[in-house]
Amino acid sequence: MSKYTEDDLREELKTKEYEYGFFTDIESETFPIGLNEDIVRAISKKKDEPQWMTDWRLEAFKVWKEMEEPDWANVNYTKPDFQAIAYYSAPVAVDPNKTLDDVDPDLLAMYKKLGISVDEQKKMNNVAMDIVVDSVSVATTFKKTLAEKGIIFMPISEAIQEHPELVRKYIGTIVPTTDNFYAALNSAVFSDGSFCYIPKGVKCPMELSTYFRINQGGTGQFERTLLVADEGSYVSYLEGCTAPSRDENQLHAAVVELIALDDAEIKYSTVQNWYPGNDKGVGGVYNFVTKRGLCEKNAKISWTQVETGSAVTWKYPSCILKGDNSVGEFYSIAVTNNYQQADTGTKMIHLGKNTKSTIISKGISAGKSQNSYRGLVHVSARAENARNFSQCDSLLMGNACGAHTFPYIEAKNKTAQIEHEATTSKIGEDQIFYCNQRGIDTEKAIALIVNGFSKDVLNKLPMEFAVEAQKLLEISLEGSVG
Amino acid sequence: MLKINNLHASVEDKSILKGINLEVKAGEVHAIMGPNGSGKSTLASVIAGKEEYEVTDGNILLYGEDIEELAAEERAHKGVFLSFQYPVEIPGVSVTNFIKTAINANRKAKGLEDMPAKDMLKMIREKSELLEIDRKFLSRSLNQGFSGGEKKRNEIFQMAMLEPKLAILDETDSGLDIDALRIVANGVNKLKSKDNAVILITHYQRLLDYIKPDFVHVLYNGRIVKSGTAALAHELEEKGYDWIKEEVNA
Ligand SMILES: Nc1ncnc2c1ncn2[C@@H]1O[C@H](COP(=O)(O)OP(=O)(O)O)[C@@H](O)[C@H]1O
Ligand SMILES: [Mg+2]
Repeated sequence: MSKYTEDDLREELKTKEYEYGFFTDIESETFPIGLNEDIVRAISKKKDEPQWMTDWRLEAFKVWKEMEEPDWANVNYTKPDFQAIAYYSAPVAVDPNKTLDDVDPDLLAMYKKLGISVDEQKKMNNVAMDIVVDSVSVATTFKKTLAEKGIIFMPISEAIQEHPELVRKYIGTIVPTTDNFYAALNSAVFSDGSFCYIPKGVKCPMELSTYFRINQGGTGQFERTLLVADEGSYVSYLEGCTAPSRDENQLHAAVVELIALDDAEIKYSTVQNWYPGNDKGVGGVYNFVTKRGLCEKNAKISWTQVETGSAVTWKYPSCILKGDNSVGEFYSIAVTNNYQQADTGTKMIHLGKNTKSTIISKGISAGKSQNSYRGLVHVSARAENARNFSQCDSLLMGNACGAHTFPYIEAKNKTAQIEHEATTSKIGEDQIFYCNQRGIDTEKAIALIVNGFSKDVLNKLPMEFAVEAQKLLEISLEGSVG
Repeated sequence: MLKINNLHASVEDKSILKGINLEVKAGEVHAIMGPNGSGKSTLASVIAGKEEYEVTDGNILLYGEDIEELAAEERAHKGVFLSFQYPVEIPGVSVTNFIKTAINANRKAKGLEDMPAKDMLKMIREKSELLEIDRKFLSRSLNQGFSGGEKKRNEIFQMAMLEPKLAILDETDSGLDIDALRIVANGVNKLKSKDNAVILITHYQRLLDYIKPDFVHVLYNGRIVKSGTAALAHELEEKGYDWIKEEVNA
């Protein structure tokens, strides 16, 4: 994507439909639908997991069975039938000992369609990539380069085999199995995802990237990402998602855990473009994701997300600012169009002294969509001099959509300084006419206005991703006027 | 270049333009004056193709072609430019990014590739010098927090960049101090040629001291009630509009 020119961009903008909506006919091994202890065991067995992992899953499953799906979010949808989903689907061509050369040609063709062909990825500077299709991690590039620095970046299923001590030490410590309904479900059935460990003092020399794709119909995707930045280390991590267009609602319930030890910094960027359903509101991915990071002393975690896809989004990347002087940031753009619903935001939990958090949320709603920001700033009693700044801006297009802001503030320490600003604006006909008058058509005008509105967040993304994100914003809002 | 015949236009069933006739040839400068609320900005918007105004009778010909069916951006592609009386803000979009997008949109409409960054830079440098606009200004969000004068200067900067055939300047002089007025007028004069035309909408003679009009029209109550040469503008400056209103109402 580094050699992405303006022309490429323009060319791709001609496509009106969800452009990742193809289905690649690769042979898949899919488990029977439904969920019970045997399925959980079978997933664990399939992965040849150690007993502790199997037990951990079973424990999570037990907890999940007793839990109820939450309904406090400002979203409306038919609850998935958890017994009608297949919990494991893997392209059969995957061999755990594969090298890139062994990858199924059909899979490679699919990456090409995604614009992320592995070949190109290898050549592309400084992005190491792991690709998760349905439930299985298919290719990890740059493994060697990273290994020289002692960086571990591999599918979590492999990490469980090769670095069980690390996985066992950290998994579930930030998002415990009991955390919430979807996290518990994920803990029981997750089939793959990425694991990353940056050793003490190491600055990861390239962006690490995972690309998720749901390919098979009738399946859920439950990936698990665990990222540990040891003392004084730095890593920038990118995550992208797509899914084929399908009439059914597909479930995606991921868990991401970040651990930034003393003086470490993690930048975690997501461009989420799961299939949003069609313009009648049929189909689309249910995206119920738990993402949370822990900051030890002087550590910093930045979440940056561009959310354009999914029929329903339920997602609150959060920071636990445990260590003194630690910093949490959340930069978000959430776009909803047609019948999409998003309830997204963050939680900043200030536990340590002099902790600082920044929240910039930009919600863009069009069509008949509903877009909610939900954020919590919590300052505990012993968090002296905690500071938070939150800014939540909403941009509305047309009269049929909604924007909502639910900021929660809990300050238990008098020294806390918390600032919250919110604005709501509408793309005006005058703005559009002004652009039209300069020769810019309405679609491009909206893209320009939306990009301007989102600039503070787009600026936080790594370069290649920013281009991709801008393009996505434009695609998601196509057909939203007129 | 531009020929307006018996143009009637209304907004929300309120009739505003009530039979405008006007012909502007290449190389000419026309001034349109008239009291507030007489329909000057409406005329400019209708020519530029603002959709909320409905043309109920008459037509507008641009190079002989009826432009009724053309969208605003298509009219822009044909060389129509409007310097807005009230330019709008677009937060987060820099002056540079905006003009780049506009130029490339116009080029695309003509089947041309995007302007190479090098050429764009050179052009921006030239035109901003012409209008004495400093570099920092170009990185600011479009019209956000601009003073009245900065907004107008930015409009003329865009005009300079887009090199239109027909430029309509709607009260570009209001809000400008005397230095800014001189700079802007100087800019407009530099861009004038025998191939393009300018319509100046103004209340004041002082702009016309800098940009010499070939014709002066008085718009009142949706009609052009008087046309003349530069001398008419002087007369208006001296006597105001009352005598015209009386003539019309008599
Ligand atoms: N969008 C609109 N909706 C309602 N009335 C309008 C609109 N635009 C202009 N008008 C009315 O039309 C008349 C002419 O306005 P305008 O063209 O702005 O006059 P001028 O520019 O000569 O001061 C005024 O009475 C004004 O209130
Ligand atoms: Mg006016």
